[in-house]
Amino acid sequence: MNHGQSSSQAVTLPLSQHIKADGSVTSLAEYQANYGYQGLAKALSMSPSEVVDWVKNANLRGRGGAGFSAGLKWSFVPPLEKLPGQRYVICNADEMEPGTFKDRWLMEHDPHQLIEGLAIAAYAVQADTAFIFLRADYDLCAERLQNAIDEALAAGLLGEQLNEAGFSLTMLMHTSAGRYICGEETALINSLEGKRANPRFKPPFPQVSGLFGRPTVVNNAETLCNLPHILYHGIDWFADLGLGDDNGTKIYGVSGRVNNPGCWELPIGTTVADIIALAGGMQEGVQLRGFLPGGGSTDFLTRDHLGLAMDYGTIQAAGSRMGTGTMILLDDQTCVVGMVLNLIQFFAQESCGWCTPCRNGLPFIRQILTDLEAGLGEHADLEQLLQLCGYIGIGNTFCALAPGAAEPLQSALKYFRDDFVAHIEQGCCPHGNSPQVDMDLEKEARPI
Amino acid sequence: MTPIIATDAAAHCADWRLQIEPLNVQEETAIAAEITHYPQPQAATIEALKIVQQQQGWVSDGKIKAIAQRLQMSPDEVDSVATFYNKIYRQPVGSTVISLCDSVSCWIMGYQGLAQALTQELNIALGETTADGAVTILPTPCLGACDHAPVAMVGDQRAHKLTPASLIELARLAQEQEQSL
Repeated sequence: MNHGQSSSQAVTLPLSQHIKADGSVTSLAEYQANYGYQGLAKALSMSPSEVVDWVKNANLRGRGGAGFSAGLKWSFVPPLEKLPGQRYVICNADEMEPGTFKDRWLMEHDPHQLIEGLAIAAYAVQADTAFIFLRADYDLCAERLQNAIDEALAAGLLGEQLNEAGFSLTMLMHTSAGRYICGEETALINSLEGKRANPRFKPPFPQVSGLFGRPTVVNNAETLCNLPHILYHGIDWFADLGLGDDNGTKIYGVSGRVNNPGCWELPIGTTVADIIALAGGMQEGVQLRGFLPGGGSTDFLTRDHLGLAMDYGTIQAAGSRMGTGTMILLDDQTCVVGMVLNLIQFFAQESCGWCTPCRNGLPFIRQILTDLEAGLGEHADLEQLLQLCGYIGIGNTFCALAPGAAEPLQSALKYFRDDFVAHIEQGCCPHGNSPQVDMDLEKEARPI
Repeated sequence: MTPIIATDAAAHCADWRLQIEPLNVQEETAIAAEITHYPQPQAATIEALKIVQQQQGWVSDGKIKAIAQRLQMSPDEVDSVATFYNKIYRQPVGSTVISLCDSVSCWIMGYQGLAQALTQELNIALGETTADGAVTILPTPCLGACDHAPVAMVGDQRAHKLTPASLIELARLAQEQEQSL
């Protein structure tokens, strides 16, 4: 198998190559002018199992946060001979992780890239129906993706008889009604079936029994956007893009008190410091204290970690996770107790309520943090918080929501314990926050 | 346990006995189209709720019953789905819903100040609707626009890098729009 093409040396930032500064959408003509849909054409000329092997060998790791090999995930779908009948692929575009906006950026600017990637995934697992599960509130994405699907269909790039073997593909949009838990793949499948988005017990895994009990693959939007380029340029090209152990590029983002918040495509393994430098550094008068590397459910790291490479292994070895790769910065003017309270409030509210540690544990933590922020905490609270982090941790819950919620809290207690103690000893928030007011405002606001 | 709860429960049950509010032609057509995407009609529940909400502004008990009938479900099943999702309104809302992002990046960048300014300006609490029916304020989880924080959705438009003044201006425009109708 030919694993590389000599014509592809120049492309180093494939995912963002069509993204225009004015924010306008890439048309089908513009997309096709630059090898658009040729990755799909190449895939359609191969056998499905060759496509699975190709992507497995490229070691494309899931960009939604877990970092699981996409090709390996596909390979768990039973072959069509063994399990004939309907199968599905789903693009997980339910981007709701606090601080994360990379998939929106990709979908708003270059919808055809996602559609081509999703079509390649569908062919690889022999699915004739593909869904894009888009979060609520991404109205512009919804409009642009639907237009792009219609364009591709009209151009014969989707639909009936896409290759000699007779592969056909229907692509459908589902816009969610809004719940963070829909991003968990089995909860997403329940939601797509029109149900409450409670996660499902695994096994069986979705690859064997997923949507409507049929084999189903769920891939993150950014992961899918990589596929056209991997097919077109080859595995060696993809491997050369990464700086460390991981292959390809990553969409990194920075939000918080920086001069130029945003997201950028960079070689995977770029250092934290280099990414923050692209964000123009901290605003005048504020100092960086720490950061959540990849969304609200990752452990804090500190200034000591600025030299680390942002890849799966390095960030994990430092005690956190790369997650979605979109960092949230903590500065010296922001109260860390308040910030963690804000995150816990989010996770407590977005818990699906299925299992007790999450349903009861998170509101318990929220109450302790509310008291601490109001200056009503005690020293014993800090031990209790750590204990609760254990109770809601991995192995005690049905899905990863509550363990994820514990991550910023447990690491804040590790790195910024003095801030918690100051709240207790001064009897108030040193930053002057009064969460009581905030909480009262919100108390009755949700039930609608 | 107490008479108050018992009365509420009775009132709730009575609600379910209200007349069904039949789906109108547009709702019926749009829901029928969604059903064709799935092997079973129940899978179109969320789409059906969103279609009704787009037509009516919110989803009433009567419409829940109509959707249930159309999708061969019980009203309680449909309601259990409707109440699970943040963006399905089971109470009337204003003509413009301002969804103010209260998640971490927007919180760092000034959410609390925005919430305070807007609630004071409109003289309503979060979750409430102005007396003229123009504006509802809802805090909402991360809108995925953290590079433009603090943000809000004003209707279906995303508003970036808000200040108390710019947010109040958007709310005023929504109120003026309501008056001109």
